[in-house]
Amino acid sequence: MLQSLKRAAPWVLAGVTIMMAGQALAANIEVSGKSDLNIEAIAMFLLFVVATLGITKWAAGRTKSASDFYTAGGGITGFQNGLAIAGDYMSAASFLGISGLVFANGYDGLIYSVGWLVGWPIVLFLIAERLRNLGKYTFADVAAFRLAPTPIRVLSAIGTLVVVAFYLIAQMVGAGKLIQTLFGMDYLYAVVIVGLLMIVYVAFGGMVATTWVQIIKACLLLGGASFMALMVLAKFNFSPEAMFQKAVEIHPQASAIMGPGALVKDPISMISLGLALMFGTAGLPHILMRFFTVSDAKAARKSVFYATGFIGYFYILTFIIGFGAITLLLQDPAYFKAGAVAAANGSFSPADMIGTGNMSAVHLSQAVGGSLFLGFISAVAFATILAVVAGLTLAGATAISHDLYASVIAKGRASDGNEVRISRIAAVVIGLIAIFLGYIFEKQNVAFMVGLAFAIAASCNFPVLAMSIFWKGTTTWGALIGGFLGLLSATVMVILSPSVWELTLGHEKGSALFPYDNPALFSMSIAFLGIWLFSTLDRSARGDRERAAFLDQYVRSETGIGASGATAH
Amino acid sequence: MAMDQGALVERVKHDPQFHELVRKRSRLAWTLTALMIAIYFGFVLTVAFHKEIFAQSLFGGVMTVGIPVGIGVILAAFVLTGLYVARANTTFDDMTHEIIERAGK
Repeated sequence: MLQSLKRAAPWVLAGVTIMMAGQALAANIEVSGKSDLNIEAIAMFLLFVVATLGITKWAAGRTKSASDFYTAGGGITGFQNGLAIAGDYMSAASFLGISGLVFANGYDGLIYSVGWLVGWPIVLFLIAERLRNLGKYTFADVAAFRLAPTPIRVLSAIGTLVVVAFYLIAQMVGAGKLIQTLFGMDYLYAVVIVGLLMIVYVAFGGMVATTWVQIIKACLLLGGASFMALMVLAKFNFSPEAMFQKAVEIHPQASAIMGPGALVKDPISMISLGLALMFGTAGLPHILMRFFTVSDAKAARKSVFYATGFIGYFYILTFIIGFGAITLLLQDPAYFKAGAVAAANGSFSPADMIGTGNMSAVHLSQAVGGSLFLGFISAVAFATILAVVAGLTLAGATAISHDLYASVIAKGRASDGNEVRISRIAAVVIGLIAIFLGYIFEKQNVAFMVGLAFAIAASCNFPVLAMSIFWKGTTTWGALIGGFLGLLSATVMVILSPSVWELTLGHEKGSALFPYDNPALFSMSIAFLGIWLFSTLDRSARGDRERAAFLDQYVRSETGIGASGATAH
Repeated sequence: MAMDQGALVERVKHDPQFHELVRKRSRLAWTLTALMIAIYFGFVLTVAFHKEIFAQSLFGGVMTVGIPVGIGVILAAFVLTGLYVARANTTFDDMTHEIIERAGK
């Protein structure tokens, strides 16, 4: 009975989701009287949903042990994992946001995307192989390798859940608004559909399903973006110079779009943001978790190499797409709001675009490929959101079941089955909370949340992980106090920064106590100094034992002796 | 499993080749890390202090110096990861293999 219920549950949930989508559409038609729905987009999105649910069912059949659930049994290849990492990392916000930034300001978009890429080499050089050699399912496994498991896992789980929460809220709100615009669907329906689908993928299909959703999404996104960039370049006989020439002629900012503009306000903010992006990537729990899905350090390294290639290529595409949007859309009234006025040369202001400049890539897809391709890109944007939120949910659920439940509460006595059961329940709960938070944050400005997630990842997770791997002197007390100081200072400084204190909370201009939008320069320093200082001051017998255990850990982290292997299938 | 892990770790600890491996690999990793940081912050600080360098025309046309430089930073990230993987997955992994093999005898 319970077994058949378990088998039927994904299909019931999927059915509910599809029914809700249908109802949302019907409601839309009734209210608006006419259908401004994107039928091609919905058809293609349903195709994606059916395909991924099929994969989830297949994955559920293969997911038996905790290792299957958390890491797909360690059986993912380096190339597949590279694609999945890219799928986990390239969010709808980066696709639409960066091409929108290029569309509005030109070169500034490139400065921004470069920052999002440069964390990857750091992940490879310092973290990936050591993480794979020492850990099993979470980065806490590594931090707790020679330090006291209970406090370190509590710290890591909090670091994970806070990062996941902010990242997830930003994704849910962005998803709701995007789907509202693309599919003509109600905000709440959109958030509920995203939430339910991610619950199904994660709770039933675990890491196997999550990985394949990410791989398929990465292929669709890279394929769609490549096609768009190709079509744009073809219009200019593959001469970038001709494309830039046209862009400069018709863009309101003229030749200013070809060089750095107003994005960089002051050097301190820029350095701080650079640090957050560079080292935050190496502290994102859903990204770190992906390194346990491959068989060994060799494959872990390869995955970063492929991921860096895919992500870098994608950012180059978004730059071309942004310029394509300038050259092909800026003089076409069809893409601008009804009251928008064109300048003397026939171009509109990027800010007057229907759905704002963030929709430029979507509009461009229509311009280069007609309504069928518009439908494809809209469906890809939806799929993109699902892949990212599924990865986040799995990381959050794993922190709860593996770090908090199995290690802290059950003290390592939990059975494999129990641990996985808790993880599935946690995925459902996280999904429901995400739907709720997505709903209540609808009208809030959540743009700062991804930045905050990176700042916390760089100021809590990364310092604890890096210091426990590289510095012999790190003790539990040091890691604990330093990590919490990093977490706390990053959060407080973000709340007191102009973008949250003034823009989001509505206090008067100039009243923000912390002058920079990104705290990483300061909060990372606090964390590293804190770990160093309190480890050095630590004179306990436990501290001595932890320092003495370093060399053993070091040998294992550098050679892979005793690393958890792939389970045979 | 010929011998238990603890004993294996103990032997590797005293193997001079292990220390040589770690020294070589760490040197490469930290050099590349420093290089990536230098490239990225060089790029960003030029944007912050001397934007005019990137805004000037490259060949007298509209193409500016900043565009190949920006794309160059992206390519550099890819090339540096490739360099590390090429060395680590061949030379260093072979050394690691030898060290473990010898310790297991």
